[in-house]
Amino acid sequence: MSNEKTSFVYVTYIRSTPAKVFEAITKPEIARRYWGHENVSDWKPGSAWEHVRANEQRTVNIVGKVVEVTPPTRLVITWASPSQAADPASYSRVCFDVAPYDDMVRLTVTHDELEAGSGMAKGIQQGWPIVLSSLKSLLETGHGIDVFAKPKAASGSTA
Amino acid sequence: MDADKVFKALGDPTRTKVLDLLYEQNGQTLGQLCEHLDMARQSVTQHIGILEAANLVSTVRRGREKLHFINPVPLQEVYERWVRKFEQQRLSLLHDLKRELEGD
Repeated sequence: MSNEKTSFVYVTYIRSTPAKVFEAITKPEIARRYWGHENVSDWKPGSAWEHVRANEQRTVNIVGKVVEVTPPTRLVITWASPSQAADPASYSRVCFDVAPYDDMVRLTVTHDELEAGSGMAKGIQQGWPIVLSSLKSLLETGHGIDVFAKPKAASGSTA
Repeated sequence: MDADKVFKALGDPTRTKVLDLLYEQNGQTLGQLCEHLDMARQSVTQHIGILEAANLVSTVRRGREKLHFINPVPLQEVYERWVRKFEQQRLSLLHDLKRELEGD
């Protein structure tokens, strides 16, 4: 396995307020509406957080620690698959930066310290654009998009 | 931010090449991008400016370097707006055809 790291920067402009965007990331009842998951934590530096599928199984898909919390402008968390949670090298880092921009909010998601070519790096490249597009849609129109939608055929798993 | 800017930004081979280069290796400097593009640095800067205005490229300052990252979020929005509904329509056509052929 190579130790080469890779990073991604995603930016979206949302007609909303920084407080609403920050809440949408940290409040489970909002996150489940556009992400299909809840981010569960007390959001204190050093605390654990879990990315929990918002269905009956309540599968924990991502785990990590809260690194920095400055509502409503900045949140930094670490990020790993639960199956690799024991391996410190498997943790990547996600920074959410929320800044007012004209009458909008500029949300920047920086996902770095990812192992280049890893399954996680591939997964997040597919995931973030959909999640951020869905977040924008929810805050601007009141409706998220189906983040589990597949381009083809009827979706079986989109409970 | 708005779809017109996205489509305009995509309607040029140099700019789509810049996006391809960043897809292959994210977080490149202007100098790195210029190595693969046969044109003046100033022209590349202008093309990148159009990509930034469309929010297809975001930049991060790291020390003295400015790194360029591909930002596919606007493409996702274009997909939601312009592609997905046609896929749905096609699926429902197939569904109708299946019903027609199989009898319902």
